[in-house]
Amino acid sequence: MSNAISVEHLAYTYPGVDDTPGVAVFEDMNLTIEEGSFVAVLGGNGCGKSTLAKHFNSILLPCGGKVYVCGMDTSDEEKLISIRRRVGMVFQNPDNQIVANVVEEDVAFGPENLGVASPVIRQRVDAALQQVGMYDYREHAPHLLSGGQKQRIAIAGIIAMQPKCIVLDEPTAMLDPRGRKEVMDTILTLNREKGITVVLITHHMDEAAKAQRVVVMSKGKVAADGTPKEVFSQVELLHSIRLAAPETVELSNELNKYGFHLSLENLEVEECAQALYDAVKA
Amino acid sequence: MLKDITLGQYFPGKSPVHLLDPRTKLIMLVVYIVALFLAVSWISYAVMFAFLVIAIAVSRIPLKSIVKGMKPLVFILVFTGILNIFFTTGEKELVSFWGIHIYWEGIVRAFFMMIRILMLITGTFLLTYTTSPIALTDGLESLLGPLKVLRLPVHELAMMMCIALRFIPTLIEETDKIMSAQKARGADFESGNLLERVKALVPILVPLFISAFRRADELATAMECRCYHGGDGRTKMKLLRYKGRDYGTYGLGILLLAGVIVLRSFGL
Repeated sequence: MSNAISVEHLAYTYPGVDDTPGVAVFEDMNLTIEEGSFVAVLGGNGCGKSTLAKHFNSILLPCGGKVYVCGMDTSDEEKLISIRRRVGMVFQNPDNQIVANVVEEDVAFGPENLGVASPVIRQRVDAALQQVGMYDYREHAPHLLSGGQKQRIAIAGIIAMQPKCIVLDEPTAMLDPRGRKEVMDTILTLNREKGITVVLITHHMDEAAKAQRVVVMSKGKVAADGTPKEVFSQVELLHSIRLAAPETVELSNELNKYGFHLSLENLEVEECAQALYDAVKA
Repeated sequence: MLKDITLGQYFPGKSPVHLLDPRTKLIMLVVYIVALFLAVSWISYAVMFAFLVIAIAVSRIPLKSIVKGMKPLVFILVFTGILNIFFTTGEKELVSFWGIHIYWEGIVRAFFMMIRILMLITGTFLLTYTTSPIALTDGLESLLGPLKVLRLPVHELAMMMCIALRFIPTLIEETDKIMSAQKARGADFESGNLLERVKALVPILVPLFISAFRRADELATAMECRCYHGGDGRTKMKLLRYKGRDYGTYGLGILLLAGVIVLRSFGL
């Protein structure tokens, strides 16, 4: 499979104000994201997750190294629009990314910017709203919707541009458990049914566990990379960079200290409970 | 408390007034205001009033919301009324005390002025209640389109207006939240003299401004992510196209204006 995004020797330093030195976030960051995959990016505060995400669609440009999106160099100014229409971005605060006063007008904002013909925009908007399950709310005012619904509108606004890849920067951080589930279900459906590449930046381990691949970042470098089972079983490593494994793994790990021999790869609650039941029974 | 502000809020609906082209509604509002200032007699005012009542009835906007939106303007209305009562001179003197003379003409004039302002505001409400801010902005953008030749940033202005309208409820909610937070920590907004009350507002305004700037920054990034690059090469999902009902409304507008002018020429 070809790569949707590839980051090669990325270096980035936030410019300092006046004479103060800038803050170096990356010195030599390498990462490739395959087309059609679902990658979760984890990391503590200030490890560069969001900065990395902003490199995926030319919001930030590398100080050194290169970032390629579908083979296009993000620092090539002429490709700016074609890069941004391929990599959509959803942010943490749903309120601050909705432009319009009516749901469907907001979803239409992206395609309108791309200069798509009016009847086609209509079709795309309807399709996008149906995909996120918000078609019935198309004429509502966004500020009257719940957080989860607003975030699904934001996702629909991205889908309407027909991107190859969606980058979500902690999309569930401000939502209640129900809103989180709505958004996660939407993301999973998009990835499975539409084959859209998903990069999910998150703090929630249970969300990351649903991805095909988990990348753990620490201090501007990749600290661990692999399937959720591979990554989360490295409990000591996760703790050393101030992250916690999913609760199921933490439980198994604690019990192992008292003489149990549980597998650390049981991420699902049912799996973990079964393993525990079997161990206690034996 | 702050949530009661309805000025400039849109009530979604499917009435014939809602379905009119925003340009039609904008021009009709201008026509209506011009006609209102040309109207001089009871008869022409009655015609104007009837026109407005029919428009409201057709739009199916609940009368309650119009009255509610009017509340903050009561002061201006009363003020205009009093000014006109006291400062209009005429022939029929009704009362005079402390050197102030109140004439019948003054009362009539005050009444007309108040009715005029009321109808003017109601007409404006009818426009903003039945037209989504985006449609309104589209209409303005389209009507002002010719000014682009003069290098007037029409699209940018329209976009700014649209975003400002979008964020009004969000910022009001935020103000409420900040006020509650300050109250929870003992802030007092309700007592003291005017100066003290104004001073008490500072701890609300500072966080509000900071958060507004932060929002603006995030919104700008989100818009860039959605390929916003100014008005060039932008298309619209909903194209503005005049339909039969728009021509009909224009016809009514011309009729109204002509009627008021004819009545005026007869001194009515």
